[in-house]
Amino acid sequence: MEFAVDVRGVSRRYGRRWALADVSLRVPAGSVAMITGANGSGKSTLLRILATAIRPDLGTALVGGFDVTKEREDVRRVTALLSHYSYLYEALSARENLNVGPALSRPGIDAGPAESRPYISLLLERVGLSARADDPVATYSAGMRKRLSFARVLAQNASIVLLDEPYGQLDPEGFRLVDEVVEELRGKATIIMATHQVERVGKFADVRVELEQGRVR
Amino acid sequence: MIVMRERSIVPGVVLLFLAAWFGFAVALAKHYGLDVSLGVSTGLQAAIAALAGISGAIYFLLSDNLGPSLKAAQLLVVLGICCFLLGSWYGLFVAPPETYMGQVQRIMYVHVPTAWNALLAITFGFVAAVVFLFRSDWKWDARLEASIEVGVLLCFLLCCQGAIWAKPTWGVWWDWDPRLTTTAVLLFAFLGILALRRFVEDPLRRAVWSAVATIIAYVDVPIVYFSVKWWNSLHQQQSSPQTVSSQFYLPLRMNAFGVLFIMTGFIMLRSRIARERVEQELAPPLPVQGEMQEAV
Amino acid sequence: MIAMLRKELLLQWRTRAQFMAVFVFGAASLLLFSFAIGPNAAALRTFSAGFLWLGLLLSSTLTLSESFHAEMENRALEGLLLLPTSPRAIYYAKAIANWLQLAALGFALVPVMVVLYDAGATDVGKLMLTILLGSAGLAAPGTLYAAMTAQLRAKQTLLPLLFFPLIVPALLASVKATSLAVLGDPMEQGRSWLTLLLAFVAIYWSLCGLLFGRVVEE
Repeated sequence: MEFAVDVRGVSRRYGRRWALADVSLRVPAGSVAMITGANGSGKSTLLRILATAIRPDLGTALVGGFDVTKEREDVRRVTALLSHYSYLYEALSARENLNVGPALSRPGIDAGPAESRPYISLLLERVGLSARADDPVATYSAGMRKRLSFARVLAQNASIVLLDEPYGQLDPEGFRLVDEVVEELRGKATIIMATHQVERVGKFADVRVELEQGRVR
Repeated sequence: MIVMRERSIVPGVVLLFLAAWFGFAVALAKHYGLDVSLGVSTGLQAAIAALAGISGAIYFLLSDNLGPSLKAAQLLVVLGICCFLLGSWYGLFVAPPETYMGQVQRIMYVHVPTAWNALLAITFGFVAAVVFLFRSDWKWDARLEASIEVGVLLCFLLCCQGAIWAKPTWGVWWDWDPRLTTTAVLLFAFLGILALRRFVEDPLRRAVWSAVATIIAYVDVPIVYFSVKWWNSLHQQQSSPQTVSSQFYLPLRMNAFGVLFIMTGFIMLRSRIARERVEQELAPPLPVQGEMQEAV
Repeated sequence: MIAMLRKELLLQWRTRAQFMAVFVFGAASLLLFSFAIGPNAAALRTFSAGFLWLGLLLSSTLTLSESFHAEMENRALEGLLLLPTSPRAIYYAKAIANWLQLAALGFALVPVMVVLYDAGATDVGKLMLTILLGSAGLAAPGTLYAAMTAQLRAKQTLLPLLFFPLIVPALLASVKATSLAVLGDPMEQGRSWLTLLLAFVAIYWSLCGLLFGRVVEE
């Protein structure tokens, strides 16, 4: 299959409002797709459907060749989602947060704390959180949480990476971090990014999709 | 999507007729000296009556998505009321008083049918819950809601009847009889499930959660029964409302069918209402390109 | 699942102040129960087992709803589900953690019971076993319902409403077994009550594990 992501006629409602209406798009494997649109245009909903966090009400989507409604486990194995929900435990430290789940999804690695620790330390260094790695997340700023969520995504080694506004809350350092990571992953993984940074991302995006009121423009 | 399938009411009517025939018509005729049993032994009659009655009820319950089903449900309710009135008249005025308990025992003619039917309603709810979890078909969620509501109503009536029986017999309103106590626990459990349905807004989640809760509660029923029975047996030995001796089963049977018909009719009607409500909640079709997002 | 269990225990350890608060709540309720009966030593002793379990049950609603609080804050539960891990593992990790916490609570309340109601146990082993089994019986369905109600607005009222009727057999059996351990068990009935508890635990730990996936799926 040449397309990492194949969305056909996906629609999703919240209450009586359709957040996504008849959206279709295709993203070739290894490319970078940029999804833009005003607030409330359905970008997050689309990413969440691709990650199997929610189901589409109409239409189908194939992610990594797997159906998001019928083969959710398989889709979850190949995707990683950076959402605005940080998915973090406030009472635990960065290191402990990474050790919970993402450690498990790395193939062939037994999630004992001893084995994961060097890998986790590397990740934390990459995202610039080594200094505060053992402080509880409750003490983190919004930008630091974003970096930790990013580390969480990287830990999953997914072939399809879904990023919902990765540049949000980050300082210029952080912006560079995101650019670097995307550059690294490009070719190896498929990246789908919802963002407002149209110019910045537009420079390296292969596929561009604009959503307006839940429809592809 | 509702698919209106035409299904004849004939099989259901035949089944229920068969049930009623062997259930009480034979006995009624015998009372007046006629023999219409067609040579079938009494044991077999009872078995046929029970099986036909339940299958007939199930047939009607499963055909609640028909166009004409409203009439069938209404007919069932009317028929049920007739049977019930007849059976109660018999129970109150014609059947002789029981040896030990006297006139109070007549409440058994209502209590036992209610008990059988409450159990049937709840069981149907359980089946609906399991089927819904496998098939994700909205009509099973509607049936779940309907049968639980009717079941709760019947359980409530059971508790009231139990109290009415207990006061003159034992002097107390509640005697911790295992069956009645289980009914009370069941009542609270399913009331909780109905409350859960009120508080969940998303229809799919509401359906899945109430199905799960129903399964858990239903599995609990036998456990509750046995534990209360055990628990109670360690204290005083109290006699519970006994089933009537076999000579007087006629009003019992008539009432049983009466309540069965009424209950089936109610569940069918309620299930239709639930279906239509869910259809309302699920979103209208996609607006055409260019129109307002907010559906009218 | 071990990793998740570790996380649960870690979370519990970090929020151990809450455990203290729930313990105080439990102990306070035991105190209140004695006011309901009056300073009748014999009556208090007879009903001590009932009070203990009622107190534990009421406290359990607090513990159980708390157990999903951390999951809901940043939607951490969704984060876990999106990883290729089985929801069953999530359930069992939570249920075991809750079980341990409830058992600890039970053990902590025993001295309170002994002091307030003069209810020293003649068979300590049976008492401990009862608390372990009884809290397991509470933990299994409790964790499932806590997961459900954590996502609703009316979580405080719905959890007890759904939970209490369900665990009547576990409550009955636990109270009976505890009462026999405290007051003496001349006819060796304690074992049959414990068997009932064991059956309840076995049935519900399996059933709820199976159903948990459907409850948290979006």
